[in-house]
Amino acid sequence: MTALPPPPPKKLGLVIDLDTCVGCHACAVACKSWNDGGAFGPLPDADPLGAAPDGVWFNRVHTYEVTGLGTAGAASEQRKADDGGRPEIPTAATAHSRVPPALTIHFPRSCLHCETPACVPVCPTGASYKRAEDGIVLVDADKCIGCQLCAWACPYGAREFSAARGVMQKCTLCVDRIYDDSLAPQDRQPACVAACPTRARHFGDLGDPHSEVSKLVAERGGFAPLQELGYAPVNRYLPPRPHRDDGAHAAAETAEAPLDGEALPPLLRWLDRLLSR
Amino acid sequence: MRPALSIVVFTVLAGAGYGVWTWLGVLLALRAYPPGRNATLLPLALGFALVSAGLVVSLLHLGQPQRAWRALTQWRTSWLSREGLAALLTYLPALALAGLVRGDASFLPARLVGALLALGALATVTCTARIYTSLPPIPAWRDRRVLPLFHLHALLSGGLWFAGGAQFAVRSTAGVALAFAWLLAVVLLLAANLKRAYWRALDAAPAPADAGRASGLAALGTVRAFEGPATEASYVTREMAFALARRHAARLRRIAAVLAYSLPFLLLCVAAFDMTLRPWVLPPAAIACTLGLLVERWLFFAEAKHVAAAYFP
Amino acid sequence: MPHRSLKPDAPVGDRVVTTTCYMCACRCGIRVHLKDGRVRYIDGNPAHPVNRGAICAKGAAGPRQHDSPARLRKPLLRTGPRGAGEFREIEWSEALALAAKWLGDIRKRNPDELAFFTGRDQSQALTGWWAQQFGTVNYAAHGGFCSVNMAAAGMYTLGGSFWEFGEPDWEHTKYLLLWGVAEDHDSNPIKLGLGKLKARGAKIVAINPVRTGYAAIADEWVPIRPGTDGLLIGALLHELLRHDRIDLDYLVRYTNAHWLVIRAPGSADDGLFARDAEGHPLCAARDASLSPDAVGEEGGAREPVASALRWRLERADAVGIAPVIVGEYALPDGRTAVPAFQLLAQRFLAPEYAPQAVAERCGVPAATIRRLAQELAKVAFEQAISLPQHWTDAWGREHADMLGRPVAMHAMRGIGAHANGFHTCRMLHLLQMLLGAIDTPGSFRYQPPYPKAVPPANRPGRARRDDGALDANPLGYVHAPADLLVDADGRPRRIDKAFSWEHPLAAHGMLQTVIRNAWAGDPYRIDTLFLFMANMGWNSAMNTAETRRMLADRDPATGRYRIPHIIYVDAYGSETVDYADLVLPDTTYLERHDGMSLLDRPISDADGAADAIRVPVVAPDRDVRPFQDVLLELGARLRLPGMADADGAPVYRDYADYLQRHQRAPGVGLLAGWRGADGTAHGVGAPNPRQLEAYAAHDCHWRLPVPAAGRYYKMANRDYLEWARALGFVGSAAPIVLELYSETLQRFRLSAQGHGAVRPPARQRARVERYFDPLPFWYDDIEADGSSAERGGERGHAEWPPSALGAPSPARGGRDEKAYPLHAISQRPMFMYHAWGSHNVWLRQIAARNCLYLHPATAAEHGVADGDWVWLVSPQARIRVQARLHAGTAPGVLWTWNAIGKGKGAWRLAADAPESRDGFLLNHLIGELLPPRDGARYANADPVTGQAAWYDLRVRLERDAAPEVPGHRIERATGSAA
Ligand SMILES: Nc1nc2c(c(=O)[nH]1)N[C@H]1C(S)=C(S)[C@@H](COP(=O)(O)OP(=O)(O)OC[C@H]3O[C@@H](n4cnc5c(=O)[nH]c(N)nc54)[C@H](O)[C@@H]3O)O[C@H]1N2
Ligand SMILES: Nc1nc2c(c(=O)[nH]1)N[C@H]1C(S)=C(S)[C@@H](COP(=O)(O)OP(=O)(O)OC[C@H]3O[C@@H](n4cnc5c(=O)[nH]c(N)nc54)[C@H](O)[C@@H]3O)O[C@H]1N2
Ligand code: SF4
Ligand code: SF4
Ligand code: SF4
Ligand code: SF4
Ligand code: SF4
Ligand SMILES: [Mo]
Repeated sequence: MTALPPPPPKKLGLVIDLDTCVGCHACAVACKSWNDGGAFGPLPDADPLGAAPDGVWFNRVHTYEVTGLGTAGAASEQRKADDGGRPEIPTAATAHSRVPPALTIHFPRSCLHCETPACVPVCPTGASYKRAEDGIVLVDADKCIGCQLCAWACPYGAREFSAARGVMQKCTLCVDRIYDDSLAPQDRQPACVAACPTRARHFGDLGDPHSEVSKLVAERGGFAPLQELGYAPVNRYLPPRPHRDDGAHAAAETAEAPLDGEALPPLLRWLDRLLSR
Repeated sequence: MRPALSIVVFTVLAGAGYGVWTWLGVLLALRAYPPGRNATLLPLALGFALVSAGLVVSLLHLGQPQRAWRALTQWRTSWLSREGLAALLTYLPALALAGLVRGDASFLPARLVGALLALGALATVTCTARIYTSLPPIPAWRDRRVLPLFHLHALLSGGLWFAGGAQFAVRSTAGVALAFAWLLAVVLLLAANLKRAYWRALDAAPAPADAGRASGLAALGTVRAFEGPATEASYVTREMAFALARRHAARLRRIAAVLAYSLPFLLLCVAAFDMTLRPWVLPPAAIACTLGLLVERWLFFAEAKHVAAAYFP
Repeated sequence: MPHRSLKPDAPVGDRVVTTTCYMCACRCGIRVHLKDGRVRYIDGNPAHPVNRGAICAKGAAGPRQHDSPARLRKPLLRTGPRGAGEFREIEWSEALALAAKWLGDIRKRNPDELAFFTGRDQSQALTGWWAQQFGTVNYAAHGGFCSVNMAAAGMYTLGGSFWEFGEPDWEHTKYLLLWGVAEDHDSNPIKLGLGKLKARGAKIVAINPVRTGYAAIADEWVPIRPGTDGLLIGALLHELLRHDRIDLDYLVRYTNAHWLVIRAPGSADDGLFARDAEGHPLCAARDASLSPDAVGEEGGAREPVASALRWRLERADAVGIAPVIVGEYALPDGRTAVPAFQLLAQRFLAPEYAPQAVAERCGVPAATIRRLAQELAKVAFEQAISLPQHWTDAWGREHADMLGRPVAMHAMRGIGAHANGFHTCRMLHLLQMLLGAIDTPGSFRYQPPYPKAVPPANRPGRARRDDGALDANPLGYVHAPADLLVDADGRPRRIDKAFSWEHPLAAHGMLQTVIRNAWAGDPYRIDTLFLFMANMGWNSAMNTAETRRMLADRDPATGRYRIPHIIYVDAYGSETVDYADLVLPDTTYLERHDGMSLLDRPISDADGAADAIRVPVVAPDRDVRPFQDVLLELGARLRLPGMADADGAPVYRDYADYLQRHQRAPGVGLLAGWRGADGTAHGVGAPNPRQLEAYAAHDCHWRLPVPAAGRYYKMANRDYLEWARALGFVGSAAPIVLELYSETLQRFRLSAQGHGAVRPPARQRARVERYFDPLPFWYDDIEADGSSAERGGERGHAEWPPSALGAPSPARGGRDEKAYPLHAISQRPMFMYHAWGSHNVWLRQIAARNCLYLHPATAAEHGVADGDWVWLVSPQARIRVQARLHAGTAPGVLWTWNAIGKGKGAWRLAADAPESRDGFLLNHLIGELLPPRDGARYANADPVTGQAAWYDLRVRLERDAAPEVPGHRIERATGSAA
């Protein structure tokens, strides 16, 4: 049934903290490890030892760099609007004083379980569907004919076609973990969330404004990219926090901070100090 | 987008077949068609061959072709499903027509079925086009010219096949043939101009997204993809981040335009001047046009940029 | 039901076995989920103290490591020439007989002809003991090329160290400085900790030429010029001293800041501590009668006292005194002495450590340095924390709470892998001391069994007993020149020259020099090189091509290989396998027992002592054996003491048996948990025949929490020290004094000045004298430094960043900075462990090649565009690599991911695999030796510890005529060091 269900009451999804993610790829491999042997596996590998190693992954970690930062630091809202398209290249003058600040930001990318995604209605077979009960977007491998239209329809590149299996594969939000009563309660969360060593990944109900994830999103200004395409992603990314003193205090970096009060040269000053052992 | 050969061939061949059927059906319906069983059966068969070959090739694109029947189930939402249904349904008037032709241009059932055939063919081409135009991540395909271009190209290539491949076997009145030739020339000019406008628009269009928008980090500064998630190619980079060098694209566009438009136009003019040359010039025109459209369709994919490509370095 | 295959309640597998991960040295707890007898997947064990359920990319890729096609399958005997990779599969009986023959002959002749070197294994408690029983001094593990600077600087200063033996107080710290850390051994704990800091809003500062990984999430990135951290730290010390923002009470309580240093140039005790007749150190203390109330009071009232100080000599370790930290004092013998602190203050208050003096050289603006110092002081002193925890100090005084300086540091190879790393790291410990930020709430914390005495008591073994065994483990801590392993002429006794005058404090040995020295017969020839788990034929060779050549080189006179026998133990088909005569295939980590012992590299954290084991999860499907079993069997065949009984029968059935029954000292075994016949003793107790079962039943680890009152100030906390003594971690509950001033180093300096019985040979005197400074100092990396140091030349300043845009670089002493103006360094990728990852079919899907990253400005100066193939040139060789731009790299610095590049055909990878076709190692460019100086060539290493100076590499960038044509190439410089 590729008709989208009415907006589900529950919107399960991930919240990924880009301020904390160190880009370790743990989530990506844990996802592969869980799913390869699981209900939605295998995640076949092509040319594993050869010249073009490749395979199906539901989650991949990108790295971006950000240059041309506003002078007031990373998260400055009053960023100059005229930031050019080119990375800032230091002039001889700046090169000597300071390396221009640049951010490195890691960005894990998997299905965002959109509320109104095109990947579902374009599917001719009904293999691609969105669950009415919790909003999880899944592919039924037994129905999929591998036309790949849904992958074209996904702006986030979240679907990967397996040539070996002839079907489309994608993040399942670990639907086979979160509802698996044979697992201990603490394990009923997505494999990538359980794995994440920095705890940058959070899982929960984004439809419930009182859930932990919703609160995080509200507090930290969680966003989803490419909102303008109208897919209404459920997953959220938490942006880098305003970094403390990342070049922001340039003004405070005065030439020479005055010595506190004492006129004595330091060595003598310490002679007067009463210390106890 | 990676140009998948199976889809390129499918859309071009099936498009030509539906074009043949459209012309046939329309002319039948309008009673503008010469009588004679073969006059109808031949183009009908030609269309059938083109459409069927295209559909068979399209199955090659599927990972699980044996389940293709499932693609007929989701016509409520999916243009691909609708396309499949429309394609299958269009076989009905085609087959009916094969049984109904009596060589009598005014036989009402044949005229009605002809009309249905034309409608089915056009509907199928519409569905095909809508598959592409309904994909938000690929702005190049959402261009408003894409849908009419699919129609015009089907009518053009189908018309050339119809006129060249089928008509030389029958004696149509010179007046109809001449009018048809001029009609095709008009379709050709429309298509060529529209395509040129499309290409211009494509060249002027900004990239569908950049790393800043794709990551949602644009507000921080200038965002650039530093390292991708894999050093080697993966499905998404191969499929959505297909890169075609500009100079290759320019050369291919020229080839496509010459084959699909310039050459057929010249040949159509020749045919119009001397209708006796029709059997000699129209089949080559059809072949050239089809080859040209194969290149055009290849470029339609290769030049289209997918938003997801912006995630990668 | 739209989705037939979806059965959310389907069991995950049919069996779960908990064990310990071995995809890196972090030793996380894992759960191996098995299905139909196969490993279905591996996840982190939420009940494990190390990782608390987290698992990294490597760990999660364990299933593919376990079934890797690159696994060795059977013992191999070389049939072709070395390096050709031609082998015959042989039976274990033949393999063991052959090894026993070679080793047996050696042991009869001269045990030192065996060089037994192990890589990053986790069974040094066994391998070190085995070497000792064999009787060779030539044993070491990987620390020499890894991080001995971190370890030694810590052990010789604090009795503990960063590396994997200490950690920031993740719960309380408010300000964390990360010095040159990309990943480290505590992989998951650091990430868990950083996550906590992030969630809490603590500030993280990354001092690193490259902004990736941890530095990416840091609040502030300080893109320092490689090798100049010592200058930056010195400038921070300068600022703190100048503004008097230091914790003097902490210094006099826990460090030797107030100890009096004898000033008697030329005499044999110059620079040593003034001591009383019983050898107790002395200090100058205010005459108590002056202000009796203030003395001994917690926190110390700080009203100024009359400058006309009345003082007397006191035992420096006495309590209830008011020590003085500056001034010149007369000793009873009339000579003068000054408090160590004064020497420190004089050194770092000197103008050369002023921010403005170091700024350009470090690439860090002076204003930033000043601000960092201010921030450190502000957090340490104005945001100090106090935990309501009663404790008793080592002198028996009670304290109601624990004062915390919530400033923490962590450092790793970014400062360690330089030839000036020992002193730089020591300086960092001094910075922590001045802030009062060692083992206090919020600061750096020791992990038990640390702290230990400074330096620890165990000295390296040097003599053989009657049974042929060495009198002590071959590795240990040298306290004085007499402990060195040198012969009567001062020549090295070890093949790697560790513990010689060249690298006296080489506490971990020098694996990186073994092959060269054995090849050159310098200082002597050996017979067998026995290597375990170190890919010396590739990524752990300092210069890969050279090393491979030496491994396969024959003596033209005899036609024999210069290194006659090479036995190598690996689990996979690494590059080094091809160079072995005999290959002993190991199991994978899911097929054997291992022990992560408190005697070696335990899994402790700051709040608990812990050790762990690994259990066999599946049986091997090939003819391979756990190396530890093999080693014990070899030992029995060789009738090594402790391994065979009087009849020659093996004492231990296998390693599991050894883990349970072996005792290092009465009641002390490899595993501390569930000891005693009934399994109820912890720490010390009789062997327990069911100990491994107990471990297996407890997720393969044992952990004993430090008593709450003993969690901080461990070096001087009675609650801790008593606990540690009961567990055998320390010999006594006496406080451990942090060494701001190192008398140990001064002893070496004195010997270089001609004092004492054991003295360096003449040509090494200047070197020893210079680098054994009792106070840390910064010097440019040694290649550039040494010559000028010894010639007293003026060192010029290189322009930083080197820029074609600015003025031309001034000439400078030492190395030719103009010819090789750029720094080249590597970083560990978080998802790969050295060479272990690339044959893992999942991990190589993340990275199958590496590129050279550089700042756009550096690229522009060299006319290099993103994606160009360029040449990287050093005096050793030039390599063709692909360049990529990265604004998060300091200008003038080039870097790449370490050990992604592979040798062609190794690891079962296709010949056209990107790892060898396009990927590369920096190692081809690194020199093993420094340029000749005064007729001698020293290892490219720290002169104190022998730590390989990987990150001192300087290169230049050259364009290629066809930059768009891909392909890696290596071209060795003609006449490059041989
Ligand atoms: N995933 C993974 N984890 C590992 C390993 C692995 O291979 N993979 N290896 C393990 C081993 S054996 C070790 S020894 C540890 C090493 O752990 P780390 O020391 O964290 O590892 P390196 O990659 O050597 O990182 C050195 C860092 O110092 C920076 N650096 C280089 N020169 C300088 C300098 O002069 N000053 C400063 N401030 N920074 C500098 C580099 O940019 C880099 O970020 O990691 C262990 N953990
Ligand atoms: N350029 C550059 N070079 C460096 C460094 C750097 O930063 N830059 N870092 C240096 C440092 S700190 C280190 S520690 C070294 C690391 O370098 P190596 O010690 O050489 O480490 P690995 O590449 O992991 O190789 C260890 C070997 O152990 C084998 N092995 C894996 N598992 C097992 C097992 O279960 N049993 C047995 N018997 N063998 C096994 C692997 O197959 C491999 O051949 O590299 C050093 N080299
Ligand atoms: S991220 Fe892509 S695959 Fe997932 S729901 Fe949205 S559009 Fe569909
Ligand atoms: S690939 Fe499968 S899931 Fe995707 S649209 Fe086609 S049939 Fe549906
Ligand atoms: S939720 Fe599950 S399937 Fe989705 S990325 Fe995480 S681990 Fe993979
Ligand atoms: S596991 Fe966590 S820290 Fe690592 S890449 Fe994924 S989200 Fe980032
Ligand atoms: S950090 Fe090391 S020990 Fe821990 S899971 Fe990763 S590879 Fe295994
Ligand atoms: Mo290491």
